[in-house]
Amino acid sequence: MPELRTETMTVNMGPQHPSTHGVLRLVLTLDGEVVISSDITIGYLHTGIEKTIEQKKWQQVIPLVERMDYLSSQSNSMAFCLSVEQLLGIEVPDRVKWIRVLLAELQRINSHLVWLGTHGMEIGAVTVMLYCFRERELLLNINELIAGFRMFPSYMRIGGLREDLPPGFHDAVRAFLDRFPPKLQEYQDLLTKNPIYIKRTKGVGALTREEALGLGLVGPLARASGVAYDVRRAFPYLGYETFDFDVPVGGNGDVFDRYLVRIEEMRQSTSICRQALERITPTGVFDIEDYRIVPPPKDRVYTEMEALIQHFLIYSQGFNVPAGEAYVPVEGPRGEQGFYVVSDGTNRPVRVKPRAPSLLACQALPKMIVGGLIADVIAVIGSTDVVMGDVDR
Amino acid sequence: MADIEIPILTTTVEKAVQWARRSSIWPVTFGLACCAIEMMAMSASRYDIARFGAEVFRGSPRQSDLMIVAGRLSRKMAPALRRVYDQMPDPKWVISMGACASCGGVFDNYAIVQGVDQVVPVDVFVPGCPPRPEALLYGIVQLQRKIDKQRMSA
Repeated sequence: MPELRTETMTVNMGPQHPSTHGVLRLVLTLDGEVVISSDITIGYLHTGIEKTIEQKKWQQVIPLVERMDYLSSQSNSMAFCLSVEQLLGIEVPDRVKWIRVLLAELQRINSHLVWLGTHGMEIGAVTVMLYCFRERELLLNINELIAGFRMFPSYMRIGGLREDLPPGFHDAVRAFLDRFPPKLQEYQDLLTKNPIYIKRTKGVGALTREEALGLGLVGPLARASGVAYDVRRAFPYLGYETFDFDVPVGGNGDVFDRYLVRIEEMRQSTSICRQALERITPTGVFDIEDYRIVPPPKDRVYTEMEALIQHFLIYSQGFNVPAGEAYVPVEGPRGEQGFYVVSDGTNRPVRVKPRAPSLLACQALPKMIVGGLIADVIAVIGSTDVVMGDVDR
Repeated sequence: MADIEIPILTTTVEKAVQWARRSSIWPVTFGLACCAIEMMAMSASRYDIARFGAEVFRGSPRQSDLMIVAGRLSRKMAPALRRVYDQMPDPKWVISMGACASCGGVFDNYAIVQGVDQVVPVDVFVPGCPPRPEALLYGIVQLQRKIDKQRMSA
């Protein structure tokens, strides 16, 4: 019998592919259906945001950083504000802290809903996507309520918030928090015991605890592998130490555990939101009221000379930030994210370097997909929840 | 002829073709950045693009006749965009979704193509950063009107 001749095949996946979560390109070498090597090319969404930021005034940076990791916009702007506020040496009032916590947790739920929907759709569960987007619309309505914008509210500003909460904010958030937990259970009923979903995800793309630590993974990816690292616990910011919540940790580090961890995170976020909502009064202080940094109230601008001058200075020149550097990490939906901010004492940043959790997830991709089947590549990419805007910037 | 019982409707071939083309637009999934999320929202439960007959998102350009360029187009991605466009069969249309795709938006810098009309011909521009799903639906309806007026002989 003649010897069976085999050869490997190279498959180019992306940058335009319906399920690579953006413009990620993978060059896979296949032996039959088994992936024997993978080469990842990034940079197809390089936007030059870091360079653009250097030409902007401090306050103008916020819309740009929100468009960086576009699924966790409010976490981005919060991380940036915290870093700059540390340089300025200011601390925001308690009410602002609680509002920021509430919005950041709602953003986490929002991001995880998009993740669950797209991940489910990619491996064949289209219903989950339709369900998740239904609940996400409620969160976008809340964004629209506070800022008139669905995805990028730019509501968090250096020194506080853009304006006070609108009437009806508490009702809208409470309505969402009441409606959401049963819906979350619905998603779980659809997937957790679904034999097809389990077959496609259990034991797929597993990373051990040591591997996850070695690759520098953070967030749900690391926690699914058993690394109990959460910035909200390790380096509390905005008074997170006063909230009561659990950090879910998995054990197997496979796609299924990442799913479980994110589902539980959504449940914990709902609980944090409830606690934060209790502490927030419908009206009250919403910034530091230092009118060298935040704009003065509009009614005073129209009636007082001093306020008019302050208003003019803020919108024409901005404000100076003392020379120095700062990095305040926050726990975003994808893990530790933050902005390393350098100032030379002028009204524009010298350098703003984001720490992108998605980039590290990309770095871990070859480890997870080599040795597996080509059909599992989609499930693994989905489970890492990479956002290419965060990777390439 | 007065006693014909079969209900019939007379039209021109051109009108029938225009009607067929506009009522079943198949978009290729070309999500690039933030706008892609709103494009998904448009195809999902609340906005439901199926009402306009354009819900069949195709992974392959060879099965599509509409490309919605959703998001900022970097210079590195531009050749890939053109290649996908070239692979689509005629007749084909392009919607440029959002400020970045239409003119570069806030990213007026070295990395971003300042408008996808430098790479592919665009039929409808939808403004916004990102546009609301309603805006994109309006863009699709405008495209349908445009298709209705396209002459076959031309």
